[in-house]
Amino acid sequence: MMSAAHTLADLRRSLAEAALRSAPAARGRVSFGPAGLDEVLGGGLVRAALHEVYAPGSPDIAAATGFAVGLAIRAAGRRPILWVRQDYLDSETGALHPPGLSELGLDPARVLLVRARDAEGVLRAGAEAARCGALGAALIEPWGDPRLFDLTATRRLALAAEGSGVATLLLRASASQSPSAARTRWLVQALPSRALEANAPGDPAFRIRLLRQRGGLSECEWRVEWSRDRQCFAERPGFAERPGYPERPALPDKPDQTRHSPDVAPLPRPLVSLPADGQVAAGEAGPRRRAG
Amino acid sequence: MEDGGGPAGQAPAPPPPLVLVEMQRGALRITACDRPALDQGLAPGLTLADARARIPGLVSVEADPEADRRQIERLAAFCDRFTPLVALDPPHGLMLDVTGCAHLFGGEAALIALIGRRLSAGGLAHRACIAGTPEAAHALARFTQGGIVPPGGDEAATRTLPLAALRLPPETALALSRAGLKTLADLAERPSAALSARFGEGLAARLRRTLGREDIRITPLRPPPDCVVERHFAEPLLAMESLEAVVVRLVEEAARVLEQRGEGGRTFEFSIFRSDGAVRRIRVETGRPSRDAGAVLRLYRERLDTLADPLDPGFGFDAVRLAVPVCEALNTHQPQLDGRAVEEEAVADLVDRLVARFGRDRVLRFIGQDTHDPRREARMIPATSPPGGVRWPAPQPHDPPTRPLQLFDPPQPIETLAEVPDGPPLRFRWRRVLHEIARAEGPERIAPEWWRDGPAEPARDYYRIEDAQGRRFWVFRAGFYEAESAPPRWYLHGLFA
Repeated sequence: MMSAAHTLADLRRSLAEAALRSAPAARGRVSFGPAGLDEVLGGGLVRAALHEVYAPGSPDIAAATGFAVGLAIRAAGRRPILWVRQDYLDSETGALHPPGLSELGLDPARVLLVRARDAEGVLRAGAEAARCGALGAALIEPWGDPRLFDLTATRRLALAAEGSGVATLLLRASASQSPSAARTRWLVQALPSRALEANAPGDPAFRIRLLRQRGGLSECEWRVEWSRDRQCFAERPGFAERPGYPERPALPDKPDQTRHSPDVAPLPRPLVSLPADGQVAAGEAGPRRRAG
Repeated sequence: MEDGGGPAGQAPAPPPPLVLVEMQRGALRITACDRPALDQGLAPGLTLADARARIPGLVSVEADPEADRRQIERLAAFCDRFTPLVALDPPHGLMLDVTGCAHLFGGEAALIALIGRRLSAGGLAHRACIAGTPEAAHALARFTQGGIVPPGGDEAATRTLPLAALRLPPETALALSRAGLKTLADLAERPSAALSARFGEGLAARLRRTLGREDIRITPLRPPPDCVVERHFAEPLLAMESLEAVVVRLVEEAARVLEQRGEGGRTFEFSIFRSDGAVRRIRVETGRPSRDAGAVLRLYRERLDTLADPLDPGFGFDAVRLAVPVCEALNTHQPQLDGRAVEEEAVADLVDRLVARFGRDRVLRFIGQDTHDPRREARMIPATSPPGGVRWPAPQPHDPPTRPLQLFDPPQPIETLAEVPDGPPLRFRWRRVLHEIARAEGPERIAPEWWRDGPAEPARDYYRIEDAQGRRFWVFRAGFYEAESAPPRWYLHGLFA
């Protein structure tokens, strides 16, 4: 086995692995799109880190999941995404629906799903994934408030993510907040979308609040939309609510951080027709939109 | 080889005769007797009432063929350590193909003695025979004291056997005995063409095989693997560390064998034989052919970690075998420097590790199905299986998501209020929460697949709706409003981001 050819092959492989680890794609930051958000975060989310996404209540779990999918898409590039999900979620919030992933801009063929029976399995699989530098992103989704996901466990995950460069998202949609070693913590709620023709629901919109950031600015809130065509988040300018829409009482409003952001940076992605003006605000329903 | 049931324990007072009984042809009949019962003239086939009349102190137990089968299968697993080719020989025999194995145990005599010692130690009465063909061994084990037939001596050994050794159907046996034929020698003297003409080819073939003129292969319980490496220990191994060291050596040996053949394995099965007869089998699977000893060992350890019932040395391990049931061609290839291949390999390794820990059906990929029914649009397959399925339909640019991110199976019934015919409800209640609908789009009618669901399944009118808080739902109405029947029911099928 220890032939010269083997030694050479091993050498080549370790070189390639070293190149993989130090590749610029594996490091750096994940930009959201809107300049306002990225600025507060110092240029975007740190890729090689653990980030937490919370939802205030179970009705917002889908929104939190959608936000996490958006982040994963932004972070992963063309690499595969591993999603660890606890079985119980299937009955509580529904099973993952691949066409829905595709509608958000994530090719389901790139998703590897690990179904874990319990929180321990979720943590183990998540730790494996966070250590595998070839993944684009790892989404870890336990159900409820398992005691297992404590400071030590999250620190392990965070260290693994820092070592491998995998963007690790801990989706704790149904949990109450507890101390953790995550780099950032987000609280995500559904936000009424901008209506399309005939009052049809529009692109997914979220009210996201940065609850915590290690060594950075503390709480601020944005209202963002996810655009599948551009594969980026866009800040909701002006926020033209429908008259008579009740404001949600769940979160007391902070001083509005919304800033105008003319240049959103779409991810390089072939085969997507971008509107020429590049304005998301102007990106109203296109001509091919059918009215329901 | 044959073994008959029955404990061989010796009690001070002679135990009462024991028989197993079963309901046959309207009466409880004896199916098996122990030695004292046989000595007192009982025999299988006798009714229990007759037997009781002869021996009042008879102990009878109802026969349990299922338990017998399980026991014989346990024995088969035990015998697996002597040869990979073990077949059941119903109702209570085992057939071992020891071709080329005997020398590992010091020759045929030593092997047969070893098996005998182990079975006797387990309290089993048995008889064993090694012969040139399975049929000859079968017949000699049952109609003689067993032993070893020297090569080529099959015909000489079996000639004196009674015709019953041929396992003939009763009418054939009757016809032969009426013709005055008593032993195999009587038949062997006859021209086989005449026998075939009178009794069919089956008899002639069975006779040839029993006389050792024609050989056939046995059908082993577990198909012989493509590649096997194993270690037998002179003394039972007690330390787990030593077992680990042996496993490492076996994996490296298998890797060398596979490399010489230019092949890789997809499945690696470790059989660990304990000295008390228990056999543990640990399987690891890889997503692609592999002969990387390090990777296989990692998977093995991972698997060992997750065993619900951990490996227990007990009185020690006798032998360890690593089998690669199926090998596939695997050519050495030059790793590329572009990192892409390395990445793919790293992901495949991760999948293998996860499969080893969580099982094949827990590490999944999505594949699309060619259907419009949202319940069947996607299927999950093990991530290690080959790709397939149809392409996912590309979403329309500028359209918001038209399919939910999360889908309920089954759809959740909702209580609707203020319905408008042929439109979405104005509000609905789901999980005790009332949702005011602010925006809606629809209906999108999805017809049922009558060829799967049957004609009774109603069509579904789907609506994308958004409540006042911005939560987006996918709801549907099953069926239509009709004048005379009850209003159709509403369901929540999915949640949008």
